[in-house]
Amino acid sequence: MASMQAAHTANPLIQIENLCKSYNLQGADGKTITNQVLFSINLTINPGEFVAIMGHSGSGKSTLMNILGCLDTPTSGSYWLAGKNVAALSGDELAHIRNQSIGFVFQGFNLLKRMTALDNVATPLLYAGIGRAQSRKRALELLRRTGLESFAMHQPNQLSGGQQQRVAISRALINEPPLILADEPTGNLDTQTSREIMLLFEQLNRDQGITIVLVTHEDDIAAYAKRLIRLKDGHIIVDKCNEASETVLNQAADGNSLITQ
Amino acid sequence: MNLFTIIGEALRALRQNRLRTGLTMLGMIIGVAAVVLMLSIGQGARTKINETIAAMGSNLFLVVPGATSSGGFSFGSGSVRTLTINDAYAIAELSSVSATAPVTTGTVQLNYAAKNWSTIITGTTPNYFTVGNWKMDSGAAFTESDLRSAARVVVLGSVTAKNLFGDEEPIGKTIRITNRPFVVVGVLMAKGQSLTGRDQDDTVLIPITTSERQITGNQFPGSIRYMLVQGTSASDMDIAEIEITQLLRQRHRIAKGKENDFTVRNLTAIADVATDTAKVMSIVLGAIASVSLLVGGIGIMNIMLVSVTERTREIGIRMAIGANQRAILTQFLLEAMMICIMGGVIGLIVGIGSAWVVSRVADMLIVITIGMVGLASLFSSAVGIFFGFYPAKKAASLKPVDALRYE
Ligand SMILES: Nc1ncnc2c1ncn2[C@@H]1O[C@H](COP(=O)(O)OP(=O)(O)O)[C@@H](O)[C@H]1O
Ligand SMILES: [Mg+2]
Repeated sequence: MASMQAAHTANPLIQIENLCKSYNLQGADGKTITNQVLFSINLTINPGEFVAIMGHSGSGKSTLMNILGCLDTPTSGSYWLAGKNVAALSGDELAHIRNQSIGFVFQGFNLLKRMTALDNVATPLLYAGIGRAQSRKRALELLRRTGLESFAMHQPNQLSGGQQQRVAISRALINEPPLILADEPTGNLDTQTSREIMLLFEQLNRDQGITIVLVTHEDDIAAYAKRLIRLKDGHIIVDKCNEASETVLNQAADGNSLITQ
Repeated sequence: MNLFTIIGEALRALRQNRLRTGLTMLGMIIGVAAVVLMLSIGQGARTKINETIAAMGSNLFLVVPGATSSGGFSFGSGSVRTLTINDAYAIAELSSVSATAPVTTGTVQLNYAAKNWSTIITGTTPNYFTVGNWKMDSGAAFTESDLRSAARVVVLGSVTAKNLFGDEEPIGKTIRITNRPFVVVGVLMAKGQSLTGRDQDDTVLIPITTSERQITGNQFPGSIRYMLVQGTSASDMDIAEIEITQLLRQRHRIAKGKENDFTVRNLTAIADVATDTAKVMSIVLGAIASVSLLVGGIGIMNIMLVSVTERTREIGIRMAIGANQRAILTQFLLEAMMICIMGGVIGLIVGIGSAWVVSRVADMLIVITIGMVGLASLFSSAVGIFFGFYPAKKAASLKPVDALRYE
C-alpha cells in the first residue's frame, strides 16, 4: 500500500500487513461465535508522523491501538515495530518495549490510585530498573516542564481531568519513547482542556519528533494530526494527508507553549 | 525493577489496606502463636518426663509380691508377704544383676523440737541409694555396718528436711521417729515427682534391719514391700528378667504350671512407654496447632485472590507501562510473604509470651528451643510462599489488554 506521506524514510516505525483480529464468544445457545473485528489491515507509519485514527464506536480503533501498543496480539498477520517482528518477542521483551519504546495514553487516564502524581510518573522508571530516588528526581523534572510541579504530591482523585491526563502524558513520556499511542485522550475532557492536550501532543511531535498515533471521533481533534486514517467495521476506508492540519498549526502558533524547556 | 523497589511497592500496597492486612495477619499470628505454645508445652512435658526417668536410675526392675493382675499391679496389698530380704540377697548374686535393694514401707510420725511431720518411712539397704540414683545434698547414706547393727540413723528426703529443720543444719541432729531417737546422717537431693505423680522427696530412709525390728514390727519376719533390682546392662534386661523369675520360682517352690506369687516389672520399659506417650502428645499438639496455621494460610490465599481481582486494573496499568510478569509475580508474592513473616514474628512473640504465662499460671514446665522458633518462622514463610504463589501467578499471567479492560 502506497504511503500518503511526502517524507518517506526507508525504515518505518510501524508496519502491519494483513492483520486480522477476531474474538471468540460464547453464544446464548452455548455455541462459539467468532466475531471478527479487524479485517486484513495494512498500515505503515514512519518515524515523526502524527496520525489520527477515526471511526464510529465499535469500528475496531481500540483493538488496533492495543495491538500497536503490544498489549494485545493479532489473530493473524504481521506487525513489525522498529524493524522487530512483534510476534517473535517474549513476554519480557514486550514488557521492555512497552516500558521503553511506547507511551500509552488512555481515555480514562488510568493513573494508579492512592499514589501521588509524582510516583505515577516515576513508576515506569522503576520498571526500567532505576532507583526510587533517581526516578522521583526525573519525574519531578518532567512535571516541572509540563507545568504540574505544584501538583506533584496530589493523588489522582485530587486532580482535574485535564491535570490527570497531563500526568498520564508525563508518565508516557518519562522514558522518552519514540512512539506515543493515545486512545481517545480527550474523550473525557472539555473543549478548552482538549485543546491544551492536543497542543501538547502537537508540540511533542514537532519539537521532539515523537511519533504520535491518536484515536478520536471528533473532527476538530483529528485536525491536529498530519495524517488521517478512517476505520469502518474493521476496514481502513480512508488513509490520507490531513488538509485541516495547516490551519490548526497556524492557530497553535499564537497559543501559549505548554512545554517550556 | 530491583527487589528493593518491589519491596517498597508491596509495603505500600499493604499500607493502603491496613484493616485487611491486619486481619489477615491476625490469622497468621494466631497460627504461629498456637504452634509455638503447643510445641513448648509438648517439649516441656517431654523434658519433665526425661528428667524423671534420668533421676529414676537405669536398667531397673521393680519386684513386688503377689501375682500379676490384669489391671496392672498393686503395691503388694498388705496381706501378700511372699517376698523376703533373702530373696533380694539371692537375686543380687545373679550374673545379669548388679545390685538389689529390698524395701519396707510404713507411715510414721516425726518430731524435731516442737515440729511434727507425718511421712512415709523407707527401710532399705545402702544399695538403694545407688540403684535408685539418689544423690546426697549433705552428709552421707547409712552404711553396711549401720545395716548389720540395726543402727538408729536416718537419711531425710529434701522436703521432709525442709519441714522439720527449715534453714537449720540437720546433719548430726537427733529426731524422733514414733518416739524413738534417730541421728540424721544425710539429706537427699530433691528429685521431684515420680512418673505416677508421687512426691519422692517427702520421705525418710533408715536401715531395713532397724525398720523391721523397731518401727514397722515383724508380723512376717524378713518380708518386704518391694525390691528394686538393677540389671548389669540395658541389652541384657530380658535375660535378667527370666533369671529373676526362675530364681524366685525356685526359692518359693512354685510347681510347674502354677502362677507366680510375685511380679517383675521392667521400669525402663515403662519409662519408654511414658517417653513415647509424651512424644505422641507433643506431635498431636503440634499437629492441632498446625491446622490453625494452615487455616491462617488459606485466609491469606483468599485475601490475595480478592486483592488480585480487585486490583486487576492496576495490574493492567502496571503492565502497560512496562512491568514484566516477574515484577508482578514478585510484588504479589512479596505482599503475601510480608503478611506471613510479620504475622510470624508477632505470633512468635505472642506464643513465647503466652507460654511464659501458662508456665506461671499452671506451674508447668515450658521449653522453648531455637529449633521451635526456626520451625515456626520457616513454616510461616513457607505458608506465605505456598498460599501467595497461586494468586501472584494468576495476577502475573493476565494478558495486559484483559487486565486493563477489567471492570
Ligand atoms: N475482549 C473482547 N471480547 C470480545 N469482543 C470484543 C472484545 N474487545 C472488543 N470487542 C469487540 O470488538 C469490536 C471493536 O471494539 P473496539 O476496538 O473497542 O471499538 P472502538 O472502535 O469503539 O474502540 C466491538 O464490536 C467489540 O464488541
Ligand atoms: Mg475505543
